[in-house]
Amino acid sequence: MIHARGLTKTFGPVEAVRGIDLDVSAGEIVGFLGPNGAGKTTTLRMLTTLLRPTSGTATVAGADLFADPAGVRRRIGYVAQGGAIAPFSPVGEELVLQARLYGLSRRRARERVTTLLAELDLPGVEERTTATMSGGQKRRLDIAMGLLHRPELLFLDEPTTGLDPHSRANLWDHVRRLRERDGLTVFLTTHYLEEADALCDRVLIIDHGRIVAAGTPDELKSGHGARTLDEVFLAVTGRELREEAAA
Amino acid sequence: MTALAALTGHYLRASFGDKFGLAFGAVQPFLYLVLFGPLFARSGVGSWEVLVPGLLVQLGLTSAGMAGFGIVFDHRFGVLERLRVTPVSRVTLLLGRVLRDTVVLLIQAVAIIAAAWALGLRAPLAGVLLALLLITVLAVGLASLSYAAALTMRQELFAPVMSTVVVPLMLLSGALLPMSLAPAWLDVVSRLTPFRYAVEGLRALFAGSYASSALAWGVVVSLAFAVVGVALGTRRFQRENA
Repeated sequence: MIHARGLTKTFGPVEAVRGIDLDVSAGEIVGFLGPNGAGKTTTLRMLTTLLRPTSGTATVAGADLFADPAGVRRRIGYVAQGGAIAPFSPVGEELVLQARLYGLSRRRARERVTTLLAELDLPGVEERTTATMSGGQKRRLDIAMGLLHRPELLFLDEPTTGLDPHSRANLWDHVRRLRERDGLTVFLTTHYLEEADALCDRVLIIDHGRIVAAGTPDELKSGHGARTLDEVFLAVTGRELREEAAA
Repeated sequence: MTALAALTGHYLRASFGDKFGLAFGAVQPFLYLVLFGPLFARSGVGSWEVLVPGLLVQLGLTSAGMAGFGIVFDHRFGVLERLRVTPVSRVTLLLGRVLRDTVVLLIQAVAIIAAAWALGLRAPLAGVLLALLLITVLAVGLASLSYAAALTMRQELFAPVMSTVVVPLMLLSGALLPMSLAPAWLDVVSRLTPFRYAVEGLRALFAGSYASSALAWGVVVSLAFAVVGVALGTRRFQRENA
């Protein structure tokens, strides 16, 4: 579903991503972990066509990232960290507009919005604005926005950050159900490692723009003689911090 | 085409839901019309037919020219990024907004012309209709450039910078007093701004001089301005990390 080789991104003198190879199979839930500033969001933005890589090659959902960005856009959904709906706009109108941008007729767009909102436990919110919604509702709404066109691959950037434990569990139930029912492939970033452990088939850990560990949660834990993913994470990232502390 | 219609319709519904915003862009030219127009018409410098074309260009600057302000919020709330990740072409993402701004401007222009008519404006209907067409071309360029500016400069600077830039552009266009009264240096500077030609083209239309060189220049410069505006606006929408 994703095949990337040697992806890099430099901003002026800063090398944000320094050569990443990625392979994600259809139907996988892959967690992309790393400290703040490690290059997670930059990588996600490259894979979703929002940022042009400095070098490298990638095929995303069967389309070439460089030659056919529109093809990538048609087949993926992207849910950004900060949400994507202005607080003063009725959410139903925004969802219908988004669906129509993928070519649905007005009638089919309306039907699709109604179905999807019901599936995500948000029935009848069309006339409301996000200003009146809880954090969990807003996140589910953002996910609905990313699923309108039935993408094969969904990118989620820190979907559970800032949510209470109930809303987090609920969001994960939805993500798991989408994978089981529709075969959706999910590529997500998170800072909650116990979540990644419980829910991801595989995790990739990035630090300083390079992937420093990759495997199933169990492989990573046994490989590092660790009991939790937290311990693995601390062992493979932040080398500079430790070197600074030692010096 | 579906995408363009969907975007334009969506933005128009939002604009018509905000009657205050709809009126706001036309407030300044309307004030000039009512509080300055009667003086101008009796000053011996010119008539309503000379002033109103200028006020229409002023309207273009204060209405379509400030259109970029709306995209600042879309950018901040992630709406712009959400649109950029859809397969819709970048020029369509721009034109959806620009067409809305053009429709809004035409409604405001008709309101200004109607008010001016009540005050004493008289112009041939064909001239007025062609003037609205020329204003449309100008609005496409102005709104596009306004979005390009909004996506280029720091968000908080857009409103103060643009409302300041609009003043010399309006004065140099000769919108309020014809540039035939200007000293040579001011006339030269004025000729370097595109709106001078638009104002004179519109005045030619209001006077019924359809074969004048002023009109030809107005059309040519306004068309070129629109092409440049859309090209620059599209480039900003394509920008890799907007």
